[in-house]
Amino acid sequence: MGSIELVCPAGSPAMLRAAIEAGADSVYCGLRDETNARNFPGLNFSPAEMKAAVAWAHDRGAKVLVAVNTFARAGGVDAWRASVDSAAVAGADAIIVADLGVLAYAHAQHPGLRLHLSVQAAAGTAEAIAFYAQAYGVKRVVLPRVLSAPEIAALVRQTDVEVEAFVYGGLCVMAEGRCALSSYATGKSPNLTGVCSPPDSVSLEETDGLLTPRLGGFMIDQVAPGAAAGYPTLCKGRFEAEGTASHLFEDPTSLNAMALLAELRTAGVRAVKIEGRQRGKAYVARVAAAFRAALDALDRGETTAPYEARLTGLAEGGRETAGAYRKTWR
Amino acid sequence: MSGAAIEIALGPLLFNWSAERIADFYAAVAEESDLDRVYLGEVVCGKREPFISGPLAEAADRLARAGKTVVWSTLALPATPRDRRGIAQMAAGEGLVEINDISALAHRPLGAPFVAGPLLNIYNEAAARELMTRGCVRLCPNVELSLPAIGRLAQACPGLEIELFAYGRLPLALSGRCYHARVQGLHKDSCQLVCDRDPDGLAVRTLEGQDFLAVNGVQTLSHGVQTADLPIADLRAAGIGALRLSPHTGDMLKVIAAFRGFSQGRLSPQDLAAQVREAGPPGPLVNGYLHGRAGVDWAPAS
Repeated sequence: MGSIELVCPAGSPAMLRAAIEAGADSVYCGLRDETNARNFPGLNFSPAEMKAAVAWAHDRGAKVLVAVNTFARAGGVDAWRASVDSAAVAGADAIIVADLGVLAYAHAQHPGLRLHLSVQAAAGTAEAIAFYAQAYGVKRVVLPRVLSAPEIAALVRQTDVEVEAFVYGGLCVMAEGRCALSSYATGKSPNLTGVCSPPDSVSLEETDGLLTPRLGGFMIDQVAPGAAAGYPTLCKGRFEAEGTASHLFEDPTSLNAMALLAELRTAGVRAVKIEGRQRGKAYVARVAAAFRAALDALDRGETTAPYEARLTGLAEGGRETAGAYRKTWR
Repeated sequence: MSGAAIEIALGPLLFNWSAERIADFYAAVAEESDLDRVYLGEVVCGKREPFISGPLAEAADRLARAGKTVVWSTLALPATPRDRRGIAQMAAGEGLVEINDISALAHRPLGAPFVAGPLLNIYNEAAARELMTRGCVRLCPNVELSLPAIGRLAQACPGLEIELFAYGRLPLALSGRCYHARVQGLHKDSCQLVCDRDPDGLAVRTLEGQDFLAVNGVQTLSHGVQTADLPIADLRAAGIGALRLSPHTGDMLKVIAAFRGFSQGRLSPQDLAAQVREAGPPGPLVNGYLHGRAGVDWAPAS
């Protein structure tokens, strides 16, 4: 059983360097446009920055995976093809893709470029993965976060494609790439524009001593001053159903599956991924170091327990969950 | 193309209706409605399938006898080995099927015709052409797409029939988690199929009581009801060849008749909206996505 590859987010060149210096085996990043799923102001790379970053990473034995993982705009597919070309020119070790048309282009035009299937494609069955492998030569699949750990183990046994699983960071409660909640309220969504719950649709008002975050005008939560009001991501809000107010879709928790690393490793998971390209270099340095230490401990035959408390306080919303990896989540 | 009649299709039933309700509904559709095509099959949750397969098979016979084209739809988010076997079985058959998850393609004989459903992520002409090379004959585009975007896609894909999601609560999201069960404090594996209590989905409101969404097991839909009330000439120009109406409570026969009249130019967009409102839709009318705006918006035809 080989070591698990630690894949960390890089929203900027500085964050890329911080991740690798803290122990990431690979980093993933995107170009500064709508072709990647973290299209936030101030994030991402120009083609020149990406080329320099790849060279810097390769000098240190690290890999760079380029996300071209939104769905191409009808009539505008050339922008996505250009991003694939830029990643190839930069010397990327792989590109991470979700769209069938973009996969087809990369497979045909850059046969030497390794293809990873983005979590945005939500390929959660052996059949779906087999289709992408046969049709486009996909070498690795990033699993949707709807599977339990035993289901992941069963899936790995049924496929020859490498499996990568998220283990830390923001948690989509919906099947990734199959959620239009954000665009229903705001007109912008991960699939359409690479943003979920976009900042320009967020407002925060204070009335009668209560703080009210809104998205596209819809009340997403309401808290007393001083209470923690997280960013109003739609699926983490509080809503009313059957007369009861609750975090109907998901509590404001963040994924931390460090305690499941041993199980994922035994299952044959090839790489584990940290979410959070938007969260900066201090974040990635701390998370990468903690997971590096935990993975190294596993390689030595030791437990990850000593490292599991290292990330306390870092989670968005301040609380952590093992999410769908534990079947009771459903 | 511009002279051809726009078809009327009834989408797959998304909700957990009783066997009796299903039988009555499709009997009325078969015998009293004027439409071309009906999609049947459990799309949302494989746990419902054993309870509805009998009534749906009877409905298929009845609809076929009445001259309607029946197309079976696959599950959208297979969660168990049984779900996967069901998709494999349906995809391997010879008849026309609607595919709602990529896993079905692994079992579909290359070149065998299929419909790409709205729960697949086909957003552009390059992706659509990939499916056409495998046998896709018709695409019901993802509901996020605007009419101009659909038009660009259709123009670049000659020969591909385009079916617009024209009526019903918008299917917005799928999850591994069942929200109907969660609201009741139950677990998905022991859900008691509580989604059968809400034939149009369970209302989700904001904390200030504003209607917003509807949950249907693992699926989340809009509270608003999509109504494609755009000028019929604009729909034709965008390459729309069929209008998909998604089953709801209320007078679906009236909704079907209104869209038939609209597609034939006998009803104006304003008349269509008025008739749809009279039929008792489960929420206010919306059409924002078609205009490239937030899906919840409503821009009445001018």
